[in-house]
Amino acid sequence: MSRPEDILPPDLFYNDNESRKYTTSSRIRNIQADMTHRALELLDLKSPSLILDVGCGSGLSGEILSEVSPEDGGPHTWVGMDIAPSMLDVALQREVEGDLFLADIGQGVPFRPGTFDAAISISAIQWLCNAESSDVSPEGRLKRFFEGLYASLRRGGRAVCQFYPKNDIQRSMISGAAIKAGFGAGMLEDDPGTKNSKLYLVLTVGGGGLQGDITGVVNGMDDVNVLDARRKAMEVHNARGPPRKGDKAWIMKKKEQMEKKGKVVKSNSKYTGRKRRIAF
Amino acid sequence: MKVITANFVTCAVKECKTSPLSFPLHFHDAELELQELDFQPEFIRNVVPRIDWDSLRVTANELGFPSLPESKPEGEALGDEQTLKDLHRLLLETQVMEGKLSEGNKSTLTSRRSLLHFVLLYLVHILQAPSAEAPTKTPPMPSTTVYDA
Repeated sequence: MSRPEDILPPDLFYNDNESRKYTTSSRIRNIQADMTHRALELLDLKSPSLILDVGCGSGLSGEILSEVSPEDGGPHTWVGMDIAPSMLDVALQREVEGDLFLADIGQGVPFRPGTFDAAISISAIQWLCNAESSDVSPEGRLKRFFEGLYASLRRGGRAVCQFYPKNDIQRSMISGAAIKAGFGAGMLEDDPGTKNSKLYLVLTVGGGGLQGDITGVVNGMDDVNVLDARRKAMEVHNARGPPRKGDKAWIMKKKEQMEKKGKVVKSNSKYTGRKRRIAF
Repeated sequence: MKVITANFVTCAVKECKTSPLSFPLHFHDAELELQELDFQPEFIRNVVPRIDWDSLRVTANELGFPSLPESKPEGEALGDEQTLKDLHRLLLETQVMEGKLSEGNKSTLTSRRSLLHFVLLYLVHILQAPSAEAPTKTPPMPSTTVYDA
């Protein structure tokens, strides 16, 4: 599947035509609505709040924020930021309730410290991994964004960012940048391993975190074990260590390397890398 | 742009954020519109502690509103329905539709397509400073720059 991130910078990619297509496509609207509802669930807001919508586009997610019923703690007031003028133009024509800002999130977040109760971002922050000019780097842009976001949220506030990482490197780059900025971070993946897999980065500012599971999805559920993938990976790493020269893992690695080089390599069997019996 | 948003927006450029001029932004030639919204007392109660009262007074003054009380309503004053309703009207229902916005006395940003809730925020700075990542030591700020889209 082609990624719009690889084609053009966001402000150019979402021209009038693309913006209109994006906003009128019922498929995209449905996906956006589902993700926004999921993000709201993760934000767990109890009362009408002031929310920042990062990469608000044509206001598809903002609309949902304004429509939250009073029983669910809404309606929320939101402020949107986006870099694509055409998208914001569509939002203006649709007369969304939030205030809109044409701003590049990679340049920071232009609000006073402690402004927002929460922040939401749907399919936007992967754009930060692209640098459009040689004088900025993806790392720098991510740093500026997350530092700005951290400052603009009030203590105890939360942010949920849904994004499409291109690969694991981008995924860890984004979450790493958020942690460096001071956030407590957790990742939640819906439908992992499928085409519809959706990744949510849940961020908390000072004390918003829950014990064990930061995303709070298992709150109030019984018989749920929280597996910390990091701990497991650490244990495996510590127990085994790097393969030593001559042991089975090392031999397998070497065989693989040789095979990749195009050398003739004997096929693996149960005897591969086994020690010989001492005959005498 | 809602008045409440105006009370929170600053300039995102690093050198500006530390200067007292970066906040609040000032309105010029503003054209207002009243947009009726549902009254939410909890929201107002939630947000008023975060409002910078002095700059709200400045903004209200610039927009030609009758002067606000000297001090921010706190504690019991927030239980008063009329106070909350007034704040709701000013903060949420008042929309600045057209006008100019300036930061301190340095640069003037104009609204695009004469709609101010679509502000070309700090684009002027990006055009001025070669790179926001590696800011120049003395930011070259013109006395007045009008950016017209």
